[in-house]
Amino acid sequence: MTTLTDPAKGAFRLSMLIYDSRYRSITIQIIALIAVLTLIGWLISNTASNLADLGKQPSFGFLGEAAGYDINQRLIDYQNQDTHLRAAFVGVLNTLLVAAMGCVTATIIGVFVGVLRLSKNWVVARLMTLYVETFRNVPVLLWIVFTMAVLIETLPAPNQFRGATPEATMLLGDTVALTNRGFYVPEPLFSRSIGDIHLFGASPLRFDVSLDLIAVLATLIASFLIASLITRRADRIQAATGVRPRTWHWRLAVIVLPLAALLAGLGFYLGHPALKGFNFQGGVYMRNSLIALWLALSLYTAAFIAEIVRAGILAISKGQTEAAAALGLRPRRVMSLVILPQALRVIIPPLISQYLNLTKNSSLAIAVGYMDITGTLMGITLNQTGRELETILIGMLIYLTISLTISFVMNVYNDAVKLRER
Amino acid sequence: MTKLSYVRTEMLPEREPPTSATGVIGWMRQNLFNGWMNSLLTLISLAVIFWLVAGLLPWFWSPTWNAGSLGQCREIIAEAGKQSGACWGVINERWPQMLFGFYPQDLRLRPTLAFFLLFVALIPVLFAMISRRMNWLLLVLVLFAATFFGPGGAVMTVLQIVLGLGLAWLAWTVVATDRADRAAQIKEGVKRLPNPLIFSAAFVFLMPWLLWGGSVWVPVGVALGFVIGWLVFRLLNALIGSLAALILAIVTPVLWWLFLNGLFASAMQAVLPYGLEPVPSRLFGGLLLSVTIGVTAIVISLPMGIMLALGRQSDLLIVKSLSVIFIEFIRGVPLITLLFVASVLLNIFLPPGTNFDIILRVIIMATIFAAAYMAEVVRGGLAALPKGQYEAADALGLDYWKAQRLIIMPQALKISIPGIVSTFIGLFKDTTLVSIIGLLDPIGLSTSIRADTNWNGIVWELYGFVALLFFIFTFSMSRYSMYLERRLRTDHG
Amino acid sequence: MKKTVFLGALTVAAIAAGAASAATLDDVKARGKLNCGVVTGLVGFGAPDANGRWEGFDVSVCRAVAAAVLGDPDAVEFVPTTGKTRFTALASGEIDLLARNTTWTFSRDVDLKFEFVGVNYYDGQGFLVRKDLGVSSAKELDGATVCIQTGTTTELNLADFFRANNMSYDPVPIETNAEGQQQYLAGACDAYTTDASGLAATRATFEDPAAHVILPEIISKEPLGPLVRHGDQEWGDIARWTLNALIAAEELGVTSANIDELASGTENPEINRLLGTEGSLGEMLGLDAEWAKRAIKANGNYGEIFAKTIGESTPVGLARGLNAQWKDGGILYVPPFR
Repeated sequence: MTTLTDPAKGAFRLSMLIYDSRYRSITIQIIALIAVLTLIGWLISNTASNLADLGKQPSFGFLGEAAGYDINQRLIDYQNQDTHLRAAFVGVLNTLLVAAMGCVTATIIGVFVGVLRLSKNWVVARLMTLYVETFRNVPVLLWIVFTMAVLIETLPAPNQFRGATPEATMLLGDTVALTNRGFYVPEPLFSRSIGDIHLFGASPLRFDVSLDLIAVLATLIASFLIASLITRRADRIQAATGVRPRTWHWRLAVIVLPLAALLAGLGFYLGHPALKGFNFQGGVYMRNSLIALWLALSLYTAAFIAEIVRAGILAISKGQTEAAAALGLRPRRVMSLVILPQALRVIIPPLISQYLNLTKNSSLAIAVGYMDITGTLMGITLNQTGRELETILIGMLIYLTISLTISFVMNVYNDAVKLRER
Repeated sequence: MTKLSYVRTEMLPEREPPTSATGVIGWMRQNLFNGWMNSLLTLISLAVIFWLVAGLLPWFWSPTWNAGSLGQCREIIAEAGKQSGACWGVINERWPQMLFGFYPQDLRLRPTLAFFLLFVALIPVLFAMISRRMNWLLLVLVLFAATFFGPGGAVMTVLQIVLGLGLAWLAWTVVATDRADRAAQIKEGVKRLPNPLIFSAAFVFLMPWLLWGGSVWVPVGVALGFVIGWLVFRLLNALIGSLAALILAIVTPVLWWLFLNGLFASAMQAVLPYGLEPVPSRLFGGLLLSVTIGVTAIVISLPMGIMLALGRQSDLLIVKSLSVIFIEFIRGVPLITLLFVASVLLNIFLPPGTNFDIILRVIIMATIFAAAYMAEVVRGGLAALPKGQYEAADALGLDYWKAQRLIIMPQALKISIPGIVSTFIGLFKDTTLVSIIGLLDPIGLSTSIRADTNWNGIVWELYGFVALLFFIFTFSMSRYSMYLERRLRTDHG
Repeated sequence: MKKTVFLGALTVAAIAAGAASAATLDDVKARGKLNCGVVTGLVGFGAPDANGRWEGFDVSVCRAVAAAVLGDPDAVEFVPTTGKTRFTALASGEIDLLARNTTWTFSRDVDLKFEFVGVNYYDGQGFLVRKDLGVSSAKELDGATVCIQTGTTTELNLADFFRANNMSYDPVPIETNAEGQQQYLAGACDAYTTDASGLAATRATFEDPAAHVILPEIISKEPLGPLVRHGDQEWGDIARWTLNALIAAEELGVTSANIDELASGTENPEINRLLGTEGSLGEMLGLDAEWAKRAIKANGNYGEIFAKTIGESTPVGLARGLNAQWKDGGILYVPPFR
């Protein structure tokens, strides 16, 4: 009887590192690793010797020094005597603010335009195509600068609201003022506020969260949970009896009543802006740099999202529409019940990268003087301290963290809605 | 039972559709005003269009083309009795600067020629439907046209005659034999014209030479490096195996470029001096700068992107993670931070004493940026290939590199072309960001122009002009990309 | 040393030179060009004209240094820099001289390791407001919206001023003067603050300059001057004394018109030393005897440059003020050429 045996393993020879496929991949990897490490080491040693020549030792001590400059747009309190770290934190929050606002608006406009581009209405479809093509084919930096210029040049200055016969008037019963410095809108205030929580003590990352806001949010979440329970109960009854009980008034009551009670308890009122001194005072002030950046980023990204949405809808086979129509669904319900849910699966992955692009493009804020992380840490702080290496490094890491977080969250969502293939 | 029939036995004659359903009115009813919602949308759209046109047209129509300063513009507009109007004098005076920046005026033929040749070089890569004869005809036509704008002289006249003859001959063959005849001729064994891809490959070396000038032997030497690498690979492949040969084939040209090319170029220059007047990249500006950065970065990033995509797809853990880290890092940060690195940090990373020109530093960072995106595009192409292609390549006994070179990449790259074009469009638009670090691209230049006392205070005209420049480029490119996508779709049934 | 390195198909001219070290003069001479950092565009101080030729007050300093060192006022490569990139460009050796209305401050001199070679314009930060705002002093600006140019000392001065006077304000940071002007004119800010020279230059180009007023308060000292890297005293001396030569020429009555005549020898020994007909000042600098003559001939003396680029006869319309010669009530006072 003969048995098949493995070929005899010869003694290990050096040449096997190249010729033997078992070892070759390891060899390649180690060579690659060594090459990359050498490159990195070379860069670091260059940097060290160059910095030594310039007499600058890398140090992050400047983050603890007083910044000395003012930031107009801030979500948390900040004075010019706060540290550079605090200024950077203000910048990060501003970046997140405009990115979040931009993503929401861009999605809304994008879906709207994407659907309208497929409209049978010739004028509407052409107009939407015009919009998409103009916005997609001109650099976003130009759009940002353009939008800013339009806001500044076309809206009235606060001065024009003054005098016995003002050239400009406030809108909506003197509650909203659109000026070229920004928009002043009524501000929710509480006369019996329950105060703020102060997080992180006096550190540069200190953060105040309004308890009123938390209470409102908690109430809303609880109400919506209860409302969904009601819906589910209705579903059960429908499944069991075939008759769906009317629940909308219950759901409405569950959502509206507790909120109204809470607001009344906290003494909710709206603070209206009014012209005092040089500017409007009171109300929420959205400055023109924020609006310009937000609008430009939204409109620019929306043009891309519109294309994604259109492609997503077109990707759904015509049979789906016809089948839905055969079931007797109206066109609008076909869209919302059959086409969009399926198109969503095609749409989400490219949508994620549009959100990422928008967030990254928000770094162009410096073109209009919006103080995001590029404007504070990588802008004025860099200029004042001369710490290029450190500031840019931190800035890049912050953007990287934001990007990775967004793509992580969106990927989780994408996995959740993905078609489960069996 | 009486036989009752209520069924009509003869057909009614056909009637014309009512006027409300045909012609303009019918079309409008069907497309614009079916249902109150649609009518409303139509009316709103028309109102928007009217508002845009009524707002912009009077402003556009402004007889200020010859004004020499904003003050003069204001006078002209006031004379014309208008409230406001565009001041086109600034465009009239500065458009060459917006296109070429500070590129020496007498040498501007060179970038223009490079630009047109770029199209000729791209045609065989991007459009497969143009015949070889057409392509060479176009090339000769562009060169022939260029000679009329160049400096005169005996050499130029001779060149003109030669090119003119070549043009005539090519044109005659194109006119005389149609496609079918030509195909028959080729079948019979008539020699075909050389593949125009040869020119596309040569153009990679020709373009930098045209733009930056200098000795002709420098680009020749660089090209020679590639030839050397290829020879090394061919010679050693049989001797020491493909991997080692590949490594050597990469190392040898690099050594050649780093150490011997300079010697070669100066030696050849001493023997056969020929060159163009060198133009430092500092003089690049305006649209020329955007196009240079965009095109150079995309061309160099393509091979880098392919390598990164392969690395990311590879089974080798370390190679894979290095590629992933690189790609995700670059894609995770905004381009502007990379440009900050180019403007303030890159010199610190390099050995003490080296000092790259800022534009070259920007090109380096833009290349790295584009490579990461390119890697993702190519990866998409690789993923779209049916698994059977990989298996078939394995079944044929091809090794990894051969399989990639002969089977996988040609198909994957073809699928990726629309993605590559849109990456290029994105990068091209993003080149405007260099204005933030002080380079004078069209946007940067418009700031400089506004610092001229004559034009201080001008806003819309300059931005509008820049927007138009970019729109023309990117719109045509995106149309092309859409055309490609359509063509690719039909190819795959 | 110059060698050409290739990276792929891209021709990369790496000018390997002891950039951050000494011997800038040798580098400049070997290169045949002076690399000079300037603004990307500021009315009167530096901007390219339609032919791409840079003109302006700061630009003239570059040209004068190039004329002194290389004998040709056009042998300059102008490198446009922003507030962010200017110092790194100088520190890394990308430029040899930065002439970009940069304020001489302690930290820039000591901490950032630069050497200011003198002051070519004494400036101060001021405020520009509309007349109809009814404000006559900067102290009345409590609560106002103020446009500031970022990347300068301006925002720190402003913060200090308002803090010291216990007033609040709303800063609007802007990148370029052109944008600041646009925002201010449209009324998006009540006041525009930057160096008073810049304000005057900006106001001069308005449609109706008389409707705007520069407030009397000057809230800071802004000595603007060219600067070089620490560590190369010889190069610093050349830049310093070229600037001094321009100023001294005005004091001594040497102009571009009469310089050829004066260069053949005069009664005044200082003029003779300046123009190289007496003594060996040029040699001490490592240059030839006629260095100052060329520098002055390039664009004229300090007064001529001032008059031509930003003076009262130009649209910028700046008065000499502090920048007059000490004999005329200003503070320009150069050390003697001896």
